[in-house]
Amino acid sequence: MDTALESIRSILATDCGSTTTKAILIEKRGEEFRLLVRGEAPTTVEAPFEDVTRGVLNAVREVEELAGRRILDGERILTPQRGTEGVDLYVSTSSAGGGLQMMVSGLVLQMTGESAQRAALGAGAIVMDVIALNDGRRPHEKIRRLRQLRPDMILLSGGTDGGDTKRVVEIAEVLAAADPKARLGAGYELPVIYAGNRDAAPMVRQTLESRTALTVVPNLRPALERENLAPARDAIHELFMEHVMAHAPGYKKLMSWTPVPIMPTPGAVGLIIEKVARRDRLSVVGVDIGGATTDVFSVFQGVFNRTVSANLGMSYSVSNVMAEAGIENILRWVPFEVDEVELRNRIKNKMIRPTTIPQTLEDLVIEQAIAREALRLAFEQHRMLATTLKGVQTERTISDIMAQSQSGATLVNLLDLGLLVGSGGVLSHAPRRVQAAAMMVDAFLPEGLTHLAVDSIFMAPQLGVLSTVHEPAATQVFERDCLIRLGSALAPIGHARPGAPCLTVEITAPGFQPVDRRVPFGELALLPLPDAGDARVVAAPERGFDLGAGKGKNLEARVPGGVVGLIVDTRGRRPFTLPATAPERIAALRAWNRALQAYPREV
Amino acid sequence: MAHAYTPGLRVTDRAVVRRERRLPLRGTVLVAPGDAVAADTVVARTELPGNVQTVNVAARLSIDPAAVPEALVRPIGSRVAAGEVVASGRSLFGLLSQKAVAPADGVIESVSGVTGQLILREAPLPVEVHAYVRGRVVEVLPEEGVVIESDAAFVQGIFGVGGETHGAIAVRVQGPDQELRADRIDASCHGRVVIGGAYVSYETLMRARDAGAAAVVVAGFDDRDLRRLLGKDLGVAITGSEDVGITLVLTEGFGRIAMAERTWKLLTGHEGDPASVSGATQIRAGVMRPEILVPLASAGAAASATNAASGVEIGSLLRVIRQPWFGRIATVVELPPELRELESGSLARVMVVEFSDDGSRAVVPRANIERIES
Repeated sequence: MDTALESIRSILATDCGSTTTKAILIEKRGEEFRLLVRGEAPTTVEAPFEDVTRGVLNAVREVEELAGRRILDGERILTPQRGTEGVDLYVSTSSAGGGLQMMVSGLVLQMTGESAQRAALGAGAIVMDVIALNDGRRPHEKIRRLRQLRPDMILLSGGTDGGDTKRVVEIAEVLAAADPKARLGAGYELPVIYAGNRDAAPMVRQTLESRTALTVVPNLRPALERENLAPARDAIHELFMEHVMAHAPGYKKLMSWTPVPIMPTPGAVGLIIEKVARRDRLSVVGVDIGGATTDVFSVFQGVFNRTVSANLGMSYSVSNVMAEAGIENILRWVPFEVDEVELRNRIKNKMIRPTTIPQTLEDLVIEQAIAREALRLAFEQHRMLATTLKGVQTERTISDIMAQSQSGATLVNLLDLGLLVGSGGVLSHAPRRVQAAAMMVDAFLPEGLTHLAVDSIFMAPQLGVLSTVHEPAATQVFERDCLIRLGSALAPIGHARPGAPCLTVEITAPGFQPVDRRVPFGELALLPLPDAGDARVVAAPERGFDLGAGKGKNLEARVPGGVVGLIVDTRGRRPFTLPATAPERIAALRAWNRALQAYPREV
Repeated sequence: MAHAYTPGLRVTDRAVVRRERRLPLRGTVLVAPGDAVAADTVVARTELPGNVQTVNVAARLSIDPAAVPEALVRPIGSRVAAGEVVASGRSLFGLLSQKAVAPADGVIESVSGVTGQLILREAPLPVEVHAYVRGRVVEVLPEEGVVIESDAAFVQGIFGVGGETHGAIAVRVQGPDQELRADRIDASCHGRVVIGGAYVSYETLMRARDAGAAAVVVAGFDDRDLRRLLGKDLGVAITGSEDVGITLVLTEGFGRIAMAERTWKLLTGHEGDPASVSGATQIRAGVMRPEILVPLASAGAAASATNAASGVEIGSLLRVIRQPWFGRIATVVELPPELRELESGSLARVMVVEFSDDGSRAVVPRANIERIES
């Protein structure tokens, strides 16, 4: 680390969300960085304020009050720290004003189209549409779509280097004919990034340069078997600052306060997850379920992916969860009879009054049933995009064929998943932590051994942008103050009749009452773990059940403690099914809720 | 005094309402500041650029894309009719004569020597913007539109479908807790804004549509029926452009709920008066709610109809907007400052309310009430 970084003692970080601006103050205590306090205030991008810095100042003032320390000098952040006043570093992220909304295009939907989508999503954008030559729409339909959507930015890709140029130019011509306008204000040209076949770049320039703010970067799919997303992602971040942010109210001022570029919020979350996965050599899935959207981040086989399900959420989009999942899939998680007409009306009433909260236990259970389906659907969408490259000719061995591995197969391997992190109100603020763990287990169906955590106060965005300049501070705070370790889930793959022997689990730890428990098939069991420190877990599956070491083979692991414990899930995997009839299903759900002590009384 | 902030829906006897009427593109404004306008007065007009059609001339003529510009028989900028030849050439050693024709009426906008595509733009589409509400023009936004101001009785709904419309108010139930029944819909509803009470079924709504009613305003509707009306489950609450043949405004929400007394009195007090109604709803950042505006005959002292979040104090009238007391009207009797544990186990800020119908009291999260504004 260079000396400038070594001298950093205090860091202020803000995240300007679409409704709330959150500020955190981090301080070096001895050799460790720790979160000191957190403040928040309403975001002030919309009228009547129309200046994002008002909300930032308000959130920082709350931090000042809570920490008993002066950080602001009037309307300026005091840097560097002098004595006990001011901070050494200020960083920020933003998703205010609806975040970064992009359209992307490629030649073939499943190849360059998907690569372009991965680049934009990875940079933190919402992808409004993917335009490709084979997307089934006629040119005039594509043009109409481009005009209607008014994106903040367009990413144009297509072709491998040295490949076809004509069809790449064809897409550029469609774009030129549409002459799309930027969403924020008509006063500036729409930023377009070209990251396609390098041989077509001069012709794309000729077609688009006079009508758009065109940036040309290296091809994001230089060869069929290779993706190179970093230059396109970097260009997206840069243009987000230069064009989109610079036109949002107050951002010019905010940008002048920080030496580090302001990042789109989800892009920053992705960064911290990627860094933690790399550091701990773990496969990680992170999910952030909000009111309108659900973001899923993953790192499998060292490859980072992010998807955003723009219309899956718990308030604004709650009705869309019902539309996409189907009402029967929501009802399957509810341990009592509900009239369908009544449930539909309840969900719609939440949609039209999105800020309400469940008052009764039954209402909470229904809300958590909807969350399970929103998370499941968002994860399904993620698995479909987080794949190996499609269109690649691979030499396949007999074992590949047996394992059905092929080009375009998903990278998501639940047996390999080491850590599952949840965040967003319905998970972070569940009245009991075990409810959050149960929602994640039901929605993601982890296999083998998986650690579970929630992001307590959603600091991941600030820590993500901080990690670009001070990785140790970011990862230390993430680990110690941001994550709440819930415990782990242990789920064998396989099937048997309910009640048949399935799994024996032993847990030992220093100063901890040892646990030795047999769990038959078809159950959920909650076994204690130490609150802090590691425990040794030995799990012995019966023949026919696999925890990752092979069928019938023991799994031995060190498991970090957690506030919930070890959830042993012997309800079966591949496939996981719930009892078919309503009375059986309700009885099973009630038994599982009792085993987990999920609710204060039976519902 | 302790108070809480909560967004409320506005229901007011008299307000100065301003509505911006803007073209989607620049165009011509047809009225001047001070002009009196009716709901159906056209205030601005423009033309949207026509659809774009592409013709793959290189493929049609079997020639190299670079040769396409020379193969044009009509220069760029020419107006052509559907079926008219736009390019021709000879292929197969000059033996075969090939022609490319225009797929629609339009103007040749460009050709590409790289892809061999010709781009044809169809005729522009005229777009008109109406005043929507009776009033006068208070501001002209040059080439973009106008701002109309109206003294009006004003009711915001919670959810609606269908676009802007207008018609005289026709009340078709006896009280705010009654269902609007099919036998109350007849030919006299034609062109009217029909006021129902607590509920309307899909069948009754369809009868109103068939009778030519402009709009139906009721307290509640079933989501199951909304699905039948739209032909699909509504995922996200962005409405206003659907083509369902009638505008529906809900004042309270989904299910069977009595219309708030104040809303009921206001609407029934204007029986026979012309009203402007919009079903457009957007529940996102920059929320938009459906509305009923009844322009008033004479100007008087009026409150400005801004929609700011307002404080709730002891004595404020409100409506509970979530189970277990969904839809009930109450008065605030206590605003305890500390967090309290709800039955769900969550900690939340709460208020104690007294229900208007039976005088009983209950603790309700502050997030689960809506102030009934006056």
